[in-house]
This record gives sequence, structure tokens and C-alpha cells, in this order.
Amino acid sequence: MSINIPTSPPVGTGTALAESSAEIEGLVEKKIEGKSPWVLAWRRLRRDRAAMIALGGIIFIVALAVFAPVVAAITGHGNLQQFRTTGLDATGTPVGPNGTFWFGTDDQGRDLLVRVAYGARVSLFVGVVATAVTVVGGTVIGLAAGYFGKIVDTILARFMDWLLAVPFLLFALSLFSVVQTHPIGPIKPGLPIVIIVLGFFGWASVGRLVRGQVLSIREKEYIEAARALGAGPWRIMFIDILPNLLAPLIVYSTLLIPVTIVGEATLSFLGVGVEPPTADWGQMIGSSSAIFLYGPWWYLVFPSAALLFTTLAFNLFGDGVRDAFDPRGALGL
Amino acid sequence: MARFLIRRTLQGLLVLWLMTVTVFAIFFLGPGPKYVARVLAGRQASQQTVALIAHRLHLDQPWYAQYFHFLGVEPTELRHWRGGLIQGNLGYDYYNNQPVLKVILSALPITLSLVFGAAILWLIMGLSTGIVSAVRTRSIWDRTFTTTALFFYSMATFVLGLLFILIFYSFLTNHGIPIFAAPGSYTSFTTNPLTWAHDLILPWFTIALVSAATYTRLIRGSMLDVFGEDYIRTARSKGMTERRVIFRHNLRASLTPVVTQFGLDVGVLIGGAIITEQIFGLPGLGWTSLHAVAAQDLPLVMGVVIVASAGVILANLLVDIAYAVLDPRVRLH
Repeated sequence: MSINIPTSPPVGTGTALAESSAEIEGLVEKKIEGKSPWVLAWRRLRRDRAAMIALGGIIFIVALAVFAPVVAAITGHGNLQQFRTTGLDATGTPVGPNGTFWFGTDDQGRDLLVRVAYGARVSLFVGVVATAVTVVGGTVIGLAAGYFGKIVDTILARFMDWLLAVPFLLFALSLFSVVQTHPIGPIKPGLPIVIIVLGFFGWASVGRLVRGQVLSIREKEYIEAARALGAGPWRIMFIDILPNLLAPLIVYSTLLIPVTIVGEATLSFLGVGVEPPTADWGQMIGSSSAIFLYGPWWYLVFPSAALLFTTLAFNLFGDGVRDAFDPRGALGL
Repeated sequence: MARFLIRRTLQGLLVLWLMTVTVFAIFFLGPGPKYVARVLAGRQASQQTVALIAHRLHLDQPWYAQYFHFLGVEPTELRHWRGGLIQGNLGYDYYNNQPVLKVILSALPITLSLVFGAAILWLIMGLSTGIVSAVRTRSIWDRTFTTTALFFYSMATFVLGLLFILIFYSFLTNHGIPIFAAPGSYTSFTTNPLTWAHDLILPWFTIALVSAATYTRLIRGSMLDVFGEDYIRTARSKGMTERRVIFRHNLRASLTPVVTQFGLDVGVLIGGAIITEQIFGLPGLGWTSLHAVAAQDLPLVMGVVIVASAGVILANLLVDIAYAVLDPRVRLH
């Protein structure tokens, strides 16, 4: 079996022991071979039908995002192209789903199907990048807090408490208006500020998780041994401690992606996310909310369905990843 | 207990203080002072008029000077901050000169009504489905409930709320079944409790369904863990009825994570269910804060942020006390 995932065993998580009896019987019949927890987790994941269906859903959305120009070519309608005569009726209302516009049109007479396909790009990009920022930031700060302890830990832990108590949306809206007047280098309205806001208000939960784990790991003998051998704090944190946290971090990241996607959609829904005319699901739902009561239900329903489909697929897959890495629920994620 | 309360109160005050500093800094970093002066001066106003108004509101002063006025440690003749926070005065809003406290007190009942009703609904739905799913694992009920929970868990609040309006208000009303209130209607409880509940049904279910999903997953997971404990086996072997084992022995132990989650959820919502209030046009705290941020109305934003943060801090405190009541091993210190 060839899998391109790192094979360093997480120490002390005990996933290797927690095997289903069917798998153990299978191993006894065939030849006995050592399998790393990663291989075992991958096997469990592959056998999880719901997770595999969800993975199919994720691949579909990714394909939709990648091949959005193809969707545009098939329909013959550009992403930003406005069809004022065919896409809007005499009163300027969007037209419903028909042979030309399969998903109908939006308030500016643009093809909703093409816009929904392009919207997948923003959602997935922000979902993945902001999650990465959140997890990397939370991991580094959580490692530092847990490892150095004392005053560093006190300050960082208090800061995390404060961040988790902040009314997220209000501060996100305020920060948005700040960078609107004072762009700080590349930090300006649109994608950059969305990613920064989501990362800034998101890392504390990862930090807390990592800090808790580090507090118990740093007391283990092998860390003491590493220190006795003269390893510095950075080496211990990233080479000796971090590999133990990879399994919970992978699980957490997978479950964080749908949360981030909803966060991005919410910001765009409130009008502080991605700037128009870029196609974005949250922003489409936001503009539809002003007019859908007067008839154009499709303007609300199709972007909503796309958003729900994506988050559902990621959540279902994330549940599968968690069960695969942590069959006994020991991580409490 | 007394020491615990004192320490937590001091920590809470520290977090509150940090919040006020942050709000101030963001306002003065952002477009705030200029924006407010320009809007108050009117469209046609000259630069001099704008500068004069900014001066009259002390908006041309550095932010720390303003901050001392706001706290009330430095007396000011400026109406907006007269008295100051240390005398319990939240100030007056920039545009209508209303006491901020009065604005908040008139918005609070709406938010409380929303949170109160929704919390009861989500507790009933979340706990009952979670318990049934845990007791009858892998039954058809378990599958139905966990799938439904995952579905609503993946749903963005604004998507669910808008779809509710589309289906239950718009569609039904257009088909001659006007059983749900139009968005934007609110009747206070004291005016007519029945109309109050009728107006709030859709917003309640919007919040409740999204939140209940978390509780279903939480209580199911934690009850399944507890069923594996030795004392459950002991209780059963004593011949205790299954009902008593489930409710007296298991549920009590499984409630701790639910209490944490409940405290956090309610604490955040007291500060305003921003999205739900915005969608259903309910002028509660969330709606007020959203519009205050849009208008850069610093005194009002400050007031809402203080109330919202106090809500979160108080909820956390109550969670810790509830912990000690539920779990005799926990001591408050």
C-alpha cells in the first residue's frame, strides 16, 4: 500500500491498540506486519462509507471551483456578464430557471449557475487558507504557552480567554472599517482582511487545545532526556513535542474548514467580506435577501444549497477523519 | 467561595477594561472621528464646519484624552461622556443624544425574549434527541437524529433564517396559509404574550435548530462514554431500573459538557443574536450594535460591547458554579 502521508508514530495516543476485532482477525490470518497509526487511520477512513461519500462531495465542489470557466463556456455566459434583455424581465426582475439560465439570473441579469460555480473558488480558498493560518498560529502560540509556562503562559492564556470572549462579528465589522481607511500594506478590504479576521479570532481555540496537550507532554521522560542531551527549546517544541499533536491537529483542521467557510460567508453576507463583483455565496445570499420575497426564490436557494452542500460534505468527512484517528473518542474533539 | 468570586470579578473587570481600550483604539484608528463629524455636519458642510463639529465633540483630541473622559477620571463638560463610566454613566449616542443606557435597556428585552425562547427549545430538542440516540445506539432513531443534527450543524444561521422566511412566511402566505408572522413584527410580552410568541416562532427555531445540533452530538457522545464506566455496570448489577441508571447515574455525569456549552451559547447570544435579529428585523442588542458600528456611533458601540462582554463573563462564572453543583469533586478556588 502506498500512501503519501508522514509515518512518524504519535507517541502515547494509543490509536494502534484500538483496532476493530475484524481487523485483528484479518491480521492474524495474513502475515503479521507492523503498521503505523497513520496507515491504520487511513484504512479505517477508507472503510467509512459516509466519509467516502463526503469526500466525493468535496471533490465535486473542488472540481466545480477549478472548472468554473468550463461551466461558463458550456452555458456561454461569462461570470460578470450582464444580460439586461434576456436575464431581466421588463420590470428589471431576475428571470427564473429556464433553458438558457439553468439556475435563473441574479439582480443584475448575470447567470446564477456560473456565479455559483465561481463562488466555490472563494469559499474553498478562504476555507483552506484561513484554516491553515488559524491552525499554524494557534499551534505556535499554544506550544510556546504550554512549553515556556510561567509568565508567558499566564499572559498568553489570559489573551486567549479575552479573544474567546470578544463579540466576534462586531469586532470584525469594526476592523473592516479601519483597514478601509488605513490599508496596512497588503491588508485591505476583500480577501486579505477576511482571512486575517478569521485567523485572528480563530487561533485561540486551537491554542487552548495545543497548550493543554503540551502541558502534559512536556513532563514526559523523553522530553527530559532531550533536554539533558542539550536540545534547545525550539528543537524540543517542534521536533519532540509537535509530532505528537499532529493527529488531533489534523482532525481539528478538517472540522475547522466548514466553520471557516461559514464565517467567510457570514462576513460577505453582512457586506464586509469579498468585494463585488467577485462571485461569492455569502454575498449572493446577502443581495438576494432584499428581493427574494418579491419572487426570485432561486437567487436565495441556489447559493444557499451550494453553501450547505459544501459545509455538510466537510463536516461529514471531518467526523470520519476524527473517528479514524480517534476511534475511542479519547481526544474529546 | 468568597475568594473565588472576588478573584473572578477582578479578572472579569480586567477583560472588560481591555475591551473598552480595544473599542476605543479601533474607533480612533479607523474612519470614526472624521465620519461622525462629516455625517453630523451634513452633505453641504464646509471643511471648517466639519472641523468645528469635530472640535465640539472633542473628536480632534487624541484617543487617550477621550478615553479618560469616557472613564470619567478626567471631568469634561462634553455631554457625550459627562459623568463617565466610573459613575455608571455610559454616555449619550452621537446622533440622537439618547442616553446609551436607555437605548440598551429598550433593546435588551427583545434580545432576552429571543434567547430565552430559543434556549428552551434547543435544550428540549438537543437533550431529548441526544439521550434517545445514546440509549438506542445505531437504531433508526439514532441515525435519524444524528443525521438531522449534522444537517443543521452545517447550516449557516443566515441561510436557515432566510429559508424559513421563504418557506414558512412567503410561500405559505402566498398560498393563502398566513400562519407565520412577517419578518419585522415584534410585540412585547407584556402587551400580549400570545402575539409575542407567535411573532418570535421563526427566529426561535432558527437559533434553536442550529444550536440544538451541537447538543445532540455532545450529549450522545458523553452519555456513550459514561455507559462504559464501571459505576454504571455496578448500578445495573444492583438491579437498578434502566430508567434510573440513565437519568440518575448517566445523565447527571454527562451534563457537564452541556453546561459549558450552554453557558457559552447563552453568554454570546445575550450580546445580541446579530444575524438572526438582522434577518428578522428585530431591533434587539445585536441589531442595535450592527447599526451602531455602521454609523461609527462610538458611545453606543461601547455600551453594547460592555453589555455583551459582561454577558459572556457572567455566563462563564455561572458555568463554573454549576460545575461545582453537578460534580461534587469540583471545588471552587
